[in-house]
Amino acid sequence: MANMCPYGRFTHAVVRGIPETFGKAVGDGGKNGETSVDLAKAQRQFGCLTGALRQKVGLQLIEIPPDPELPESWRIEDVAVIQGDTALITRPFKQQRRSEVEAVRRVVSELNLTVVEMGAEEGGSGGATLEGSDVLFTGREFFVGISSHTNHRGAEVLADTFRDFAVSTVPVCGGARLRNICSMGGPDTIIINNSDGAKKTLRMMEQLTDHHYEVLTVPEESAANCIYIKGPSKLDFLLHRPAEECPDSVSAFQKLQDYTLLPTACSEASKLGASLSSLCLLINRKHTYF
Amino acid sequence: MTTESGTDSEAKQPQENKETEKAKAAAEPTSPQNQPEQLPAAAGHSTPARTEQERQEEDLVSHRSSTSRLSRSPLRGVKKVKIMQCKVTLLDGSDFTLNVEKRAKGQVLFDKICDHLNLLERDYFGITCRDVENQKNWLDPSKELKKQIRTGPWNFAFNVKFYPPDPSQLTEDITRYYLCLQLRDDVVSGRLPCSFATHTVLGSYTVQSELGDYDPEELGSDYISELRFAPNQTKELEEKVMELHKTYKGMTPAEAEMHFLENAKKLSMYGVDLHHAKLVGSLYECLAPAEGEDSEGVEIMLGVCSSGLLIYRDRLRINRFAWPKILKISYKRNNFYIKIRPGEFEQFESTIGFKLPNHRAAKRLWKVCVEHHTFFRLVSPDAPPKKFLSLGSKFRYSGRTQAQTRRASSQIIRPAPLFERSSSKRYNMSRSLDGAPIMENHETLMKDSAADGAAKVIAKGDIITTVTTEKKAEEEKAEQEDAQMDAVEMPEPMATTPLRQDTKSDADEDSEMRTQTQDEKPAGEGTKEEVEPKVTEAAGYLVKYVVDSIATDLATSSGPHGISLSTTMDDDVFMDGTLREVDEKTPDSQEEVSERAEMKVSPGAVRQEVSQAISDKKGTLIILKEAEDKVDTEGKETSAADEEEAPVVPGEAEAGENEMLSKEKEYIKEDMSVVLEAKTTVVKTQSPTMEIKTDDMTQIKGSGSPKKAMASWISEGVKTDASEVIGVSTKQVKEMKTFDAMQQKAEIFTFVKEVQTEQSKSSLTQITVSESSSTSLSVSTLGWVSSSEKASAEPEERAVVATETEAAPVESTGPTSLDAVEVGTKEMPVVHTETKTITYESAEVDTNGDVDPGVLLSAQTITSETSSTTTTTHITKTVKGGISETRIEKRIVITGDTDIDHDQALAQAIKEAKEQHPDMSVTKVVVHKETEITPEDGED
Repeated sequence: MANMCPYGRFTHAVVRGIPETFGKAVGDGGKNGETSVDLAKAQRQFGCLTGALRQKVGLQLIEIPPDPELPESWRIEDVAVIQGDTALITRPFKQQRRSEVEAVRRVVSELNLTVVEMGAEEGGSGGATLEGSDVLFTGREFFVGISSHTNHRGAEVLADTFRDFAVSTVPVCGGARLRNICSMGGPDTIIINNSDGAKKTLRMMEQLTDHHYEVLTVPEESAANCIYIKGPSKLDFLLHRPAEECPDSVSAFQKLQDYTLLPTACSEASKLGASLSSLCLLINRKHTYF
Repeated sequence: MTTESGTDSEAKQPQENKETEKAKAAAEPTSPQNQPEQLPAAAGHSTPARTEQERQEEDLVSHRSSTSRLSRSPLRGVKKVKIMQCKVTLLDGSDFTLNVEKRAKGQVLFDKICDHLNLLERDYFGITCRDVENQKNWLDPSKELKKQIRTGPWNFAFNVKFYPPDPSQLTEDITRYYLCLQLRDDVVSGRLPCSFATHTVLGSYTVQSELGDYDPEELGSDYISELRFAPNQTKELEEKVMELHKTYKGMTPAEAEMHFLENAKKLSMYGVDLHHAKLVGSLYECLAPAEGEDSEGVEIMLGVCSSGLLIYRDRLRINRFAWPKILKISYKRNNFYIKIRPGEFEQFESTIGFKLPNHRAAKRLWKVCVEHHTFFRLVSPDAPPKKFLSLGSKFRYSGRTQAQTRRASSQIIRPAPLFERSSSKRYNMSRSLDGAPIMENHETLMKDSAADGAAKVIAKGDIITTVTTEKKAEEEKAEQEDAQMDAVEMPEPMATTPLRQDTKSDADEDSEMRTQTQDEKPAGEGTKEEVEPKVTEAAGYLVKYVVDSIATDLATSSGPHGISLSTTMDDDVFMDGTLREVDEKTPDSQEEVSERAEMKVSPGAVRQEVSQAISDKKGTLIILKEAEDKVDTEGKETSAADEEEAPVVPGEAEAGENEMLSKEKEYIKEDMSVVLEAKTTVVKTQSPTMEIKTDDMTQIKGSGSPKKAMASWISEGVKTDASEVIGVSTKQVKEMKTFDAMQQKAEIFTFVKEVQTEQSKSSLTQITVSESSSTSLSVSTLGWVSSSEKASAEPEERAVVATETEAAPVESTGPTSLDAVEVGTKEMPVVHTETKTITYESAEVDTNGDVDPGVLLSAQTITSETSSTTTTTHITKTVKGGISETRIEKRIVITGDTDIDHDQALAQAIKEAKEQHPDMSVTKVVVHKETEITPEDGED
C-alpha cells in the first residue's frame, strides 16, 4: 500500500511557534504557574529543533505563527494524526485547545492531504477525545494510549480513519501520555523508557502486535521521546534529548548504527509535560505505490 | 528386470559386497512372481495402521468409489443411487451446477468444483453453506453432505478458507487469481475494510487484471463505473482508479493480481474471520478501567486468523492471543473458552470466556479455531481424538496443513494453465451476457499426485501407488495391466499425514535434544535418469520432513486430555513455547537459519511464516546445508565428483527448568577413508533451555534408577545387505552434561533398509541400484525430556533425515567412513551423559536421482514392548517420480542398568531384521548409545 512503507519517510514538518503566553495554560491556573519556564530559552530550543529538521534532516518546514490566545498551540502534535495522505484532525481533551486545530487544518489542506474531522464524527459529541501525543504509529499499525486525554471513542474514530491498519489500544501507565514513554527509533525500533509503567505498556504492545519490533530501552524517562526521520537524503536521523538533559541515555542512542544523532534540547517544553515530538507534525508527501 | 539388475551391478562399486548383489539378484527375480499375491497386501499394509490413517483411508475409499464408479459399479449396481443437484456460487459470482450422489461426502463436491476450476492448490479453499440462521458454515469434507445440509436446497459457495499470509508463495497464478476474486468480494462487501487510498490501489489493479491496459478508445471513458471497488464507491474513487490504471501499461493480469495481493495482504483485517461475542467475566485492563465500565457483557468481535485469535471492540484491537499463547480452546453451550499460557509474570494459566450468540456459533468458532491452528501452526494434522466414552467433539481438521500443501504444490509441474479472467458478474451485473466463466479443464498433472487423493485425473501409470515392494519392482507391463493396477490401487490410502509414531520407551524419555546430520553425497551413481541437483530443495524438504515428524509425534502423543468438549492443544503448544524459548537463546544459529530462511521450519509446528519465525529467532530445529555436484551420465557408470555439504543441525537440548544447559559448538570432522575427499563439517549445536512441567519431572524422577537404553531403528530397502554394512565404522562421541540426577545409558541401533522399486512403464530404465555410501547421522542425547513425545520425535527425525540423505544419490564408497564428533562441553551439571552414535550406512542409489522427497503414500508405526526393550517399526511408502519406495525402520530401544553386549545385540537385531524382511536390505544402521554417569564415576 501506498500507506505501507516503512516508518520514517517524511518530507515535511509542520510546527507552530512558541507564544509569549508559553507556560500560562488557560484553565490550568496556578498549576503551571508554579513551574517556572524560560520563554526565551523555550523559543531558542524551538529554533534549534526547527533548524535541525530543516537544515540537518532536510525537511520542508511549515511554520504556523504563534497565537498568544492559544498558549498550548505549540504542542502541535496533539491536534492532528497524519498518516499517508490522510490527516485526522483530533479533538483535544481540553475545550480551550480545540480551536488550535483550525490553523493546522488549513495547512494540511493546502498540502492536499485528505482531512478527516474527528469533530465531525457524531457531531463532535459522543465524547470522543484524542490527542496525537497518545498515538504511536509504527509504520505497520497504530497504538493508542488510553490516557486522561484520550478515550476509546477517540481511538475508534482513529481506527475508522486509518482502516488499513490495526489500531490497538494500550493503557498508559508510566507517564501521562503514550508518546512520553515511547517513540519510534527506526522502522522497526521502539524506544521506550525504563519505568515499570512503560514496561507494562510495552508488554501490552508486544502482545497486541503481529510484528516484531526491536526495543531500545533508555534509562531516563524523558529520553524515550525521540524523533526518527529517514530524510530525503535517505539517512537515518534521530533527534534526541542531549546529554545535559539525559546523560545516561546517550550511550543507548549510540548503539543505533549509522544514525546521525541530533541532540536537541527540549528542557522548557519538557517542564510542561511535552517533549520533542510534541512540537512537530511530520508528513510524507511522496507516496510510492507499488 | 535384467536390464535393471545389470545396471545395478555395474553401478555398484566393485568392492562393494557381492552379497548385496546376490541378495538383490535373488530378490528381484522373485518379485514378479510375488506380485500377484502381493496385491492383497494393500489391505495388509493398512491393517496395523492407526486410526487416523484408517479413517483417511476409509474416506478415500468411499470417495474413490464414488468417483470411479466403473470399477465399483457391480457392487452397487443394485441400489439406485440418489443424485442431488448442487448449486455452487463460485468466486467470480457465477453459479456452477453439478450433481453428486446424495450420500457423497463433502470432499467429492469440493473436488469436483476444484476440477471444474482447474485448481490444484486447493487446500486454501473450502465450501460454505448457509444454515437456517443464514450463517456461513464450512462443509466438513469428511462428512456426508446430506448430514451437513439438513434443510433447504443444496446451495453452496466456494470460498477461500485459509488466506495465505504470503500469496506470493502460492505456486500458480490461477490460485492467486481465485484468491484475488475472494478478496475483491471481501473488499466490496466491507468485510475487509480499507482506506480510500487502498481502495484506489486495489481497484486499479483489479481493472488492469480484468480489462488489460488502459485504452480510452476501446474502453470508453466510463468503463470504470461498471466495476465495483468499494462498498461506497464514489466518482472520486473511480477517477483515482483510472488515473492509476493509466500507469500500468503492459502489466499482465498475473502481475496485476500479484500487486493486488501484495497490497491486500498487508491490510490488518486480511484473512481475519470475525465472530460476534460478548465478554464473560472480567478482563482487559486496557478495556475496562479506561472506560470505567464493567467489561462483562461488552460486545466484542473475535477474529480468527493465521497467527492467532484477535479480540476487537468496535474497530479497536483490544487483545490478541497468538496460537502459542493458547493452551486450549473449548466450548460449552454458547460459551467459548480459551486457556492462556501464563505470561512471564503470571503464575497460573488463565481461562477467558466469551459468550457467543448461541451454541451453533460457539461451535462454529471453535471449529474455525481448530482448523486455523492446525493449518497454520502444525505441520501435519492432529489425529482425531480416540475417545470411546467421551462427550467431546471428534472434529479435527483433516485436510492438509499449509506446510503440507506448500510442499505438495511445489511439485506441480504442469504448464501454467490458461484461464480466462471472467468479467465477473459480481462487479458488473449489466454484463451478465457474458455467461459463465470459461475454465479450461486441463488434465491435472500434479506430479506425484500429491496426497490429496481426491478426484484427480489419474493418468494411468503416471502415478504409482505402491502397495508392496514386490509389486513395484515389476511394473513394466502392458498398458492393460497398468490400468488394472490403477484400479486396484485406487483405494490405496494416500495418507496426508506423514510419519506417525507412537513410541513408549524409557530411552525416549531421556533422549533427544540434539541432532546432527552429516550427509555425504559423493559420486552419483549411474542411472539412466537425469539427476537434477536440486540441492536447495532437497535441503528444504529435508528440514520440513524432519520438522514434520516432530510435530507429528507431538500431535500423536498429545492425545486428548480432556473429557470436555475441547480440543487439546496443550502439548504441542507447550512444545512450541518451549522451543521458541530455546531458540531465542541460540543466536548463534541465526546465520545458518537465515540462510535457509525460505524453508519454513519451526519446531513442533509451523506457522505460516516460519521463515519469519526463524529470523525472529523463534524456531528452528534443524538446518541443513547441502551443496552437491552431481554428474550423471546416461548409462551405466557414472562417476561424479561430489561435494560436501555441511548440514547444520542445531538441535535443541533441554535441561532443567529454566536452565540454559550449555552452548556448544561442535566441530565435526569427517574423514572418508574412501576415494573422494575429506570434508569438514562444522556443526554448531546449542542446547538451550526447556521448561519442563512439574508433573513431568516428578514422573521422571519417580522412575528413578539409572538406566541404560538401547534403541534401534531399522528400516529397510532392497539392495544392500546388512552384514556388509556393518563393516562400516563411524564414530561420534559426544559429551554432555545434564542436570538430571539420573544416570542413563542408551544405545540406539538404527538400521535403515530400503527398498526401491520402480514402475517404469515407459521404458526399461533404471531401477534402484544400491551403493554404499557413508552418511552419518548422529543424534546426541542429553537430559531428560519432559514427556515421551519429545523423545519419540527424535528417532523419527533421524529416520527422515536418512530418507532424505538417500534421496540424493550417494557415491558408493564402500561402507567405510569415520566420523568423529567432538563436542565441547560446559560444566555445571551434576550428571554427565555420554552419548555415542554410530552410523553404518550403505548408500543406495536412488534411481530417481533427484532430490525430490516424493510423496508420502502411507506411513504406519507398530510398537511392541518388552520389559527392557521397545521395538518400533515404522513403515513408510513414498512415491518419488516414477519410483515407489517402501522403507521400514526399526528402532529398538534397550534400557537397563546392566551391561549389555551391544555388539551382539546389534548383530542380533540386524539378523532378525534380515530374516523378517528377506527381500529388503539394510541400508543404514545407527547405533546410539547414551550413558549417564555421575561425575565420580568418570566416563566409561
